[in-house]
Amino acid sequence: MSLSGLLESVGEYAVLMKQVLMPPDRLREFFKEFLKEIHKLGVTSIWLVVIISLFIGAVIVMQLALNLTYPFLPSYTVGVVSREIILLEFSSTIMCLILSGKVGSNIASEIGTMRITEQIDALEIIGINSANYLILPKIMAFVVFMPVLVVFSIFVGLLGGYIICTFTGNPPVATYVYGLRAFFREFFIWYSIAKSMIFGFIISSVSAYFGYNVHGGALDVGKASTDSVVINSVLILMTDLVFTQLVMG
Amino acid sequence: MIEVKNLSKEFEGNLVLNDISATFRNGIVNMIIGKSGSGKTVFLKCMVGLIRATSGEILYEGHNLLTMKRKEIKLLRREMGMLFQGSALFDSKTVLENVMFPLDMFSRLSKKERRKRAEFCLERVNLLQAAHLYPSEISGGMMKRAAIARAIALNPKYLFCDEPNSGLDPQTSQLIDGLLAGIIKDFGITSVIVTHDMNSVMNIGEHIVFLNEGIKEWEGPKEKLNDSDNEALKKFVFASDVFKKNKEAEGQIEQVKEEELIFKMRRENPKKK
Repeated sequence: MSLSGLLESVGEYAVLMKQVLMPPDRLREFFKEFLKEIHKLGVTSIWLVVIISLFIGAVIVMQLALNLTYPFLPSYTVGVVSREIILLEFSSTIMCLILSGKVGSNIASEIGTMRITEQIDALEIIGINSANYLILPKIMAFVVFMPVLVVFSIFVGLLGGYIICTFTGNPPVATYVYGLRAFFREFFIWYSIAKSMIFGFIISSVSAYFGYNVHGGALDVGKASTDSVVINSVLILMTDLVFTQLVMG
Repeated sequence: MIEVKNLSKEFEGNLVLNDISATFRNGIVNMIIGKSGSGKTVFLKCMVGLIRATSGEILYEGHNLLTMKRKEIKLLRREMGMLFQGSALFDSKTVLENVMFPLDMFSRLSKKERRKRAEFCLERVNLLQAAHLYPSEISGGMMKRAAIARAIALNPKYLFCDEPNSGLDPQTSQLIDGLLAGIIKDFGITSVIVTHDMNSVMNIGEHIVFLNEGIKEWEGPKEKLNDSDNEALKKFVFASDVFKKNKEAEGQIEQVKEEELIFKMRRENPKKK
């Protein structure tokens, strides 16, 4: 993509967001759509979050226990480090990268299909701000539900480690739990939640932008869906870097 | 009444509509005809503001759409109904919910009254029995009828239809034509129907605008369609099955008349061959 193309896209995205972030035409309809999106984008993602977090949590603990074998390190280090990894990066950043695949492609393909089947034009003809009606409930729902998914992910990730300790005894459960509680900073949870909400906004708005601007047919919807996942991933990683430097640096 | 004056539309240097002027009066069936790629749909979408025209005027009762503010356009659109080529029903809503949707958004009626109005519209298009079904569960013809019901839900002043018969069998096409003509007459709506189906034109068309390669080549009442000297129009009209069939039928009548004459001559003069 050329620089002018990139700037054009950024401009289009800004214009779209101006249309999206307006008061809804009908609050009643907005809340109806908002609740539907909470279910579609958030609730249906819980199982994916639970399964991935459980296994990754278990593997993190297993890897640390097997590889952090330096004699000067206390045995509870495994608990401390796995907690920090899960809390600071895995449950917010990595989980959002995974969710950008599921939720981002869902949003882009749904809106893209509505575009090519003239459903968006039909909304406009009725006199509705189509961008606001379609995109705002998705953004709000995903941003609001993101902390729930992050908390689920943190809890289940740590639980995965607990389960592996129970079965292998390396480290012993009590040491692992002691590690989880040692040097705990509550701020990390708020940091993780705030970060995930920013990522939630990026995923939903960027995917909606790609879907809303589809021109053509089914192939273009597929391309928009793929592009949205790629751009979301890059933006999440870049934002993570900047946000971490700003807040922790 | 809708007046279009000197409308042009350019896509990246490519002139798709060239200086088109036309008038669409209310209470009659106005049709835009032309072959595929002649700019009919672009013209219609410019008229409703879904595509921004490059230059010209689109006057709704004297008010120019192209100089209206966003809020004014929104208000004008509440007086419009549109039937899209692919119906454009909302997949996630049932037929009844689709028809109720414009009412939910903009009417001040109670839920019961909104439902009653939606059921009335569905009854008008004989689709009340499919009210609970989703668009994926009904046929193409039923989808068109549901889309008509949605288009008339807010009692529009203007009705726009983009190829209402595309993809339908002749019988269903006739049904849709009949419904549209009935609704336009009953409610005195200003209508613009884009089509390339000459059956429709001959069945319900009253005022015809013919487009060819982005240029308005002819405009006038249906009755004068056959009298036009315009070559492109003649080509388009006589390429259609309706006229082919008429011509074939005329040919067959001539042949029968000729045979009858020969038979008569032979009977009267049996020696002559």
